Amino acid sequence: MKLRDLWTESMAGMLARPVRSALTTLGTVLGIGTLVVTLGIAATAGNQIVGRFDELLATSVTVEVPRGGHNPLVSWDAAKELRLLRGVTSATALAQSDKSSNLVVTANNLLDPTRVSGQTLAVVAATPDLPQTTLGRMLAGRYYDAGHVSRRDRVVVLGEQAAAMLGITSLEHAPAVFIKDRAYTVIGIIGGLRREQILASAILVPPTLGPDIGLKDVTRVLVATQLGAAELIARQAPLALSPNRSAELQVIAPPSPKRARDGAQDDVNGLFLILGLVSLIVGAVGIANVTLVTVMERVAEIGLRRALGAARRHIAAQFLMESSLIGLTGGVIGASVGMVTVVAVAAVRQWTPVLDVRLALAAPVAGALVGLLAGLYPALRAARMEPADALR
Amino acid sequence: MPEPVIELAGVCRDFPSDPPVRALADVDLRVEQGDYMAIVGPSGSGKSTLLNILGLLDRPTSGTYRLDGVETTALRDGGRTRLRGTRIGFVFQSFHLLAHRTVVENVMLAEVYGPHPRAGRRTRAEQALEQVGMSHRIRFLPDRLSGGERQRVAIARALMAQPALLLCDEPTGNLDSRNTEAILDLFDGLRAEGLTILVITHEDGVSARAKRRVRIADGVLREAP
Ligand SMILES: Nc1ncnc2c1ncn2[C@@H]1O[C@H](COP(=O)(O)OP(=O)(O)OP(=O)(O)O)[C@@H](O)[C@H]1O
Ligand SMILES: [Mg+2]
Repeated sequence: MKLRDLWTESMAGMLARPVRSALTTLGTVLGIGTLVVTLGIAATAGNQIVGRFDELLATSVTVEVPRGGHNPLVSWDAAKELRLLRGVTSATALAQSDKSSNLVVTANNLLDPTRVSGQTLAVVAATPDLPQTTLGRMLAGRYYDAGHVSRRDRVVVLGEQAAAMLGITSLEHAPAVFIKDRAYTVIGIIGGLRREQILASAILVPPTLGPDIGLKDVTRVLVATQLGAAELIARQAPLALSPNRSAELQVIAPPSPKRARDGAQDDVNGLFLILGLVSLIVGAVGIANVTLVTVMERVAEIGLRRALGAARRHIAAQFLMESSLIGLTGGVIGASVGMVTVVAVAAVRQWTPVLDVRLALAAPVAGALVGLLAGLYPALRAARMEPADALR
Repeated sequence: MPEPVIELAGVCRDFPSDPPVRALADVDLRVEQGDYMAIVGPSGSGKSTLLNILGLLDRPTSGTYRLDGVETTALRDGGRTRLRGTRIGFVFQSFHLLAHRTVVENVMLAEVYGPHPRAGRRTRAEQALEQVGMSHRIRFLPDRLSGGERQRVAIARALMAQPALLLCDEPTGNLDSRNTEAILDLFDGLRAEGLTILVITHEDGVSARAKRRVRIADGVLREAP
């Protein structure tokens, strides 16, 4: 028997009772569909989570500089050099100490001089590129630049919350703040920090003013990298910052993107997977049942085929093929319905649908496999029949 | 002298039912190439049992059966199936046409399991249908045909594989006298071409057309005049 003939006979057998065959595929459609939807939505949602966090998380490297010794581990200029590394988009050096984190800061409010407000705030020395590195936005005024730094201008930028606590809402009347009895002009208010959000409640001063407040040495370097460069930069940054004592620096690098994705996929709703598998088993039992009924209905046909020279294996092959075709059809329809559902859900949520090609190919194969397994027993029954009995 | 097409010697067939049935008892039979033989006998006498054994659809409990000189009782299932597919054509009382396939597709079924090439299969089926005078109904479904037409399609299917032996179990049992005549005329023509034909029948008109008659009663076979 040729394969083409087996195919023709099986197709004819399946299409002889189209409604029954269609109904028989339902279980597989449901099972495969549920599995595809569950896996597809999980992958799509997982991708969204990763996608949203990714850009910031995956491009942030932080280097912690331990205090100690007379010679600073990292100089203020080193951060600038870091920017020369390929893959670094910006780098900011910070200085902060326990003492500088609890300083009493007062604001002179020219509108209401009687209200002198003192607040305990953190003061942080930072290089001028802090807005780029933290993705902050100037709510008012401007950030200090290299000129302010080199001239040792007595200027500060307030974090959004620090400004609110000090009652400074606009820079119209050139407000000033007093730290350790020294006056500083407020030239800007920064907000919307996406990284180091704690700085929103801090007062930022140029590094050249740091020593006045007890902030001499760099304690932290924030690095923003290009997407995909973080891992490399995390390895190179300590060497660039402190060639001789790089081992003493602590690098905080983002988790590799693959791991982030896996983590999200672990959240796949197990319940739906089980539901899909159960539907698949129910579908298989359905196919087995209907194929068995079909075999019993077609006893005479089996007898005729044996009389025409069909061996037992030909009979078995035909029924296996028919049940596999039903399973395959169910798999194809189920996979299609599942993918359309995934795309629809993604569209409603304004997500980018993620459709794994392997899933699209595996689903019909799984359907065919279910059909094949379900057809085993009926096919065996058909093949075992004695031709004389079948023709009676 | 050439080998006989059929040579049965001491064939018995017992069914292990309760009580056991001896459907064939010590049957000896020789059928030469080109014989046209009728098998007659009352209902339940063992006619179909004999035909099943001759058609390799069933095995005798004891005795030997040589088909074209080949001892078949010792053959395994595969060998018997091959022999059945290539040497023997069957015609049944109830036609056994597949209801969902057209006339020509039903006839083409005869070549599906053999070594025949796919190429030209439809042409050969159409030729077989022409042989039985059914060329005008090629694309019909069986349920659109009369009983006589269905049996002619079934005969075309049996002839398609060019068998040496045609086994017919009550081929005219469901047909009226006019259709019966047409089928018997067909058999005469086939016999003239050298085909060996065995026909089981109740009807005297059918057995009268055969050159040779055997009678079975209670599983015992006797040559009839
Ligand atoms: N599988 C079986 N098990 C038990 N007994 C059987 C079996 N097949 C046939 N028989 C018995 O064997 C005997 C012969 O049966 P067979 O079918 O050969 O009769 P027949 O001559 O063809 O009758 P009819 O003219 O009615 O078709 C009958 O008594 C029948 O009951
Ligand atoms: Mg009978």
